Amino acid sequence: MSQEIISQISDVCQVKLPIGESLKIKRNRLLPADSASNTNKRICIVTGIHGDELEGQYVCYELIRRIRENPEALTGIVDVYPAMNPMGIDSVTRGIPGFDLDMNRIFPGSKDGAMTEYVAYKIIEELSGADLVVDIHASNIYLTEIPQIRINELNEDTLVPLARHMNVDFVWVHASSTVLESTLAYSLNSRATPTLVVEAGVGMRITKGYCEQLVDGLMNTMKELGIWQGEVKPVREPLVENRTDGVVFFNAPKAGIFVPAAKHWTRLEKGDRVGNIVNPLTGDILAEIVTPEKGILFTIREYPIVDEGSLVGRLLRI
Amino acid sequence: MNRKIIYELNALYREPMQVTGYEFGEGEKSVCVVGSLRGNEIQQMFTCNKLIQRLKKLEQQNRIVEGKSILVLPCVNTYSMNIGKRFWPTDNTDINRMFPGYNEGETTQRIAAGIFEVIKDYGIGIQFASNYMSGRFLPHIRMMQTGFEDIETAKKFEFPYVIRRNTRPFDTTTLNYNWQIWETRAFSVYTTDTDEIDAKSAADAVKGIEQMLNKEGILHSSVNGGYHYNSRVLCDDNLLSVRCREAGIYENKVDIGEEVCKGQLLAEITDPYEGMVLEQLVAPADGTVFFQHKAPLIYASTTAIKLV
Ligand SMILES: [Zn+2]
Repeated sequence: MSQEIISQISDVCQVKLPIGESLKIKRNRLLPADSASNTNKRICIVTGIHGDELEGQYVCYELIRRIRENPEALTGIVDVYPAMNPMGIDSVTRGIPGFDLDMNRIFPGSKDGAMTEYVAYKIIEELSGADLVVDIHASNIYLTEIPQIRINELNEDTLVPLARHMNVDFVWVHASSTVLESTLAYSLNSRATPTLVVEAGVGMRITKGYCEQLVDGLMNTMKELGIWQGEVKPVREPLVENRTDGVVFFNAPKAGIFVPAAKHWTRLEKGDRVGNIVNPLTGDILAEIVTPEKGILFTIREYPIVDEGSLVGRLLRI
Repeated sequence: MNRKIIYELNALYREPMQVTGYEFGEGEKSVCVVGSLRGNEIQQMFTCNKLIQRLKKLEQQNRIVEGKSILVLPCVNTYSMNIGKRFWPTDNTDINRMFPGYNEGETTQRIAAGIFEVIKDYGIGIQFASNYMSGRFLPHIRMMQTGFEDIETAKKFEFPYVIRRNTRPFDTTTLNYNWQIWETRAFSVYTTDTDEIDAKSAADAVKGIEQMLNKEGILHSSVNGGYHYNSRVLCDDNLLSVRCREAGIYENKVDIGEEVCKGQLLAEITDPYEGMVLEQLVAPADGTVFFQHKAPLIYASTTAIKLV
């Protein structure tokens, strides 16, 4: 390995578990060995808050690999946190095992709270003050998402320009809601630490193409921030959606097996079929889901079993 | 008594999920009682069935005030209860984080909307709730501070304690919060346990409700036994938390409800392999044990005990 770069692995926090083990959240800090070439700008790549979302695992690996390949181009600090919920990732559990709690609903946490709250508090303390935090999610096991960034309307002005550097296909500025105030991104953005939430791919899988697209975006963003001086690939211009009614949701009208008909991230005309819900016992089609208007399908159901109401797709109105 | 299906959800391979309601009396929608919204809330459902038994009897004796109706939903989430899961079977969402619901949304939003449509117009709403902290509580009535909370009515249950707590962001989607926003006087009733049955505290809770309904002019009955406390009203901040530093095997050294003195040993954490004492939790002040951790293992920095 090159000497021009320092890679320091350390623990962000540590909590004792009952039997011979501690919970540790790990960080790899990459920075130039020569402090003269360090701008001290800092980007944090965070993933694995939801233990069943794994696309970020490959993004972290590939990002570090590319930085190490061209170490002299690094002129700032890259902090990589591949596993914010390590026990969840290790046990194929979305939430925090043992607590049945969504880790993205406990921020900003508290120093004197339960273990989970303490962990959340330490994470906020750790990430606050970064020039940019990118929190990489991978939808869930039910839905596949085109690489996109989701932005609370409260932060539209600050975050949309940053999101444009990220090489995503789509930027969704959504309405704020009280429930979302407990997310990592909300906590950090309200503490003046700009934080982008990426959703890409599907739970429990690695979609290599999407991951590489995101790494290209991260490298480009690092260059914009003055953290990276190497060559970067040109990035795509995202569709930015900020109308209140710009997205059509398709929910299953019946319980059954969803069989997709449309291809993900394609343009659909009014009346085109998104998919069918079928009954394997009777051989009947229970429901046909067609689009009420033209648009681009940016979310599509991956997991075939649907309850009445399960989301099967989302269409961006055009 | 009128038994009716409040909400029905069809499934592919399971029988339809039916939410059953029991209606007593006729007329004005006076009180609605909701038992379990989560699959592990067995005590909550059990308490409702005791209440239903009692109301059946009171109705036969004409003890429900004319023009008042009472609705009881013992169990909303039957699907999860039948498979021993706390949250919704497919997507693990919590119905008690989906209110007021949305009838064109996702499954649990639809269930919440379907239920809320029926129960939102009642004057009084009572929910048998459970906390995400695993442990035992002294029985209490809990309410969120929304500006609509009604402490005086809460005291009519004559439970030992009424707890008022601050609203947190994720509370805005709970049943209790939304009842209050829709101007129902809402109360969460906490009995001692969640996933085990405690017949004594269920019986006391039923008596507390009967007491309150008498004072509110919905029943006219005589209640034998039960608590009859002049409830102490507390804020969450009035409770003294005792937290542990160590993790390991956990053992309580006092009982729930016990009066303890400053310096008294409350619980011990021992090494899981060698059994030596790693930490002793002692009372930081005189008080009554209000909450205690119940599981045999404990994580570090857990609030194991709360004192009043
Ligand atoms: Zn996620």
